[in-house]
Amino acid sequence: MNVLALPSSLDHRSVDDVLDAAARAPDGRILFDARHVRWVDPAGMLGLLSGGRFLRDRNGVAPRLQLPEHADVPGYMARMGFFRAAEEVFELDQRPPRRAKGDTDVLLEVTPITTNSDVHEVVDRVQRSAGTILTRTLHYPMTAVVQFSVILSEVCQNILEHAEAPGWVSAQAYNWQKRLGRHVLIVAVSDLGRGFRGSLADEHSARFGDRWGDATALEAAFIHGLTRFPDTGRGQGIQQMRKQVRKWNGAIAIRSGTARIADVPDWDDSPPLREGMASFPGAHIHLLLPGMDAHG
Amino acid sequence: MADRAPDPIRIDVGALVQRSVASLYAHLVTRPTGRAVRLAIETQLAEAGEPTVSLIDLTEVTILDFSCADEVVAKLLQRFLGADRPRNAFFVFRGVQVRHRDPMEAVLERQSLVAVAQREDGGFELLGPATPAERDAWHRVERAGRIPSDGRDHHFGDPNLSSGLAGILSRRLVFEAPGSGDLVALSRLVHG
Repeated sequence: MNVLALPSSLDHRSVDDVLDAAARAPDGRILFDARHVRWVDPAGMLGLLSGGRFLRDRNGVAPRLQLPEHADVPGYMARMGFFRAAEEVFELDQRPPRRAKGDTDVLLEVTPITTNSDVHEVVDRVQRSAGTILTRTLHYPMTAVVQFSVILSEVCQNILEHAEAPGWVSAQAYNWQKRLGRHVLIVAVSDLGRGFRGSLADEHSARFGDRWGDATALEAAFIHGLTRFPDTGRGQGIQQMRKQVRKWNGAIAIRSGTARIADVPDWDDSPPLREGMASFPGAHIHLLLPGMDAHG
Repeated sequence: MADRAPDPIRIDVGALVQRSVASLYAHLVTRPTGRAVRLAIETQLAEAGEPTVSLIDLTEVTILDFSCADEVVAKLLQRFLGADRPRNAFFVFRGVQVRHRDPMEAVLERQSLVAVAQREDGGFELLGPATPAERDAWHRVERAGRIPSDGRDHHFGDPNLSSGLAGILSRRLVFEAPGSGDLVALSRLVHG
């Protein structure tokens, strides 16, 4: 069995490496070795699910997942609803911890998005749970709760409208005292659909000629708001998300195929465009929204 | 010829969301939901008289996302703007709160549309990329409530204002009585 060792920090910074490793993994059964994982965030969890699902579909056999050895990590993943989704993707090498009822510190568990009503459900849930985290933890104004819900709705719809495949969404707030001196909210959305290049190809590839690829498709959608629909009302979701995330001095990044594009605030050192990664299906979006607790 | 006053019709969008998408959710999110609500509004309009002034009431809508705003605001207005519109209908958006403004302004801007909206404080305003001349002309009608046809020269004699009036008429932001040619503010029509 081939082993895919996961990094100790399975998060938005390492998720591209995990997807790359999954895309380059040989045929046959794969073991995802998470024993040394000590930190996970929504982007990391959805990346792990996507990597596992991709290999399960490609190889026709469920990959195995060895759970983190550090006792806190599986418990946290259980609270985030990770294992409910993971059980449909992986063969787990041990029984995951049960999720205690009444956990209230989770902003948005790992939630599958397959239908329109899933988006309604997510928005409804976040409306109920996000107020405290956004206002008390991140010190956003009350109006941000609605704006955050709108962003979530748009980012989830990206799955339904463009991927034509199911996906997941998750969100949680963390204390980044060491790195940023404040709290940060992380939202992740992943799908294994046809990706931005696939979604835009029929309508837009011809005009780009030889330059057409994952990076140009991402630039077309992310920067210029192009969509596959001729309707001029379409293509606003990503633009409006970027606008709102900028207002909050946050970061937004989308990985699709071999490329990744991002709006990078001054506190982040990620590159705005990365190319040449392994080709991985679908789209993988994450948003980082810093709290206003330190710098306003 | 006697003027026929438009029939006012109030459409509660919050209630319509629940009926149209057969769900327990009251949020105006996702494009299919917006499309279903827009079609439900059009169905209600089809049963109303002509001309109609529709009060699209957003009071009970907590969340309006951009996809829904495109359907329920921009596409609805667009459908009734052109010469091929299905009915002679005018629109006023009521209960427009701070949380609705970003999505509404964004979709109106994108489609170069302008809408009449009633704020929470009861006042009326234009949303969207109206020109200064159009805003000026609209405010004149709004302040007056009704401007008789023989008062047009007095109010809109200035070429700039005259072009503003042409703009708000073609955008259907005021009602032009078919018989008398009087200009009537939509706010007066929805208040009865």
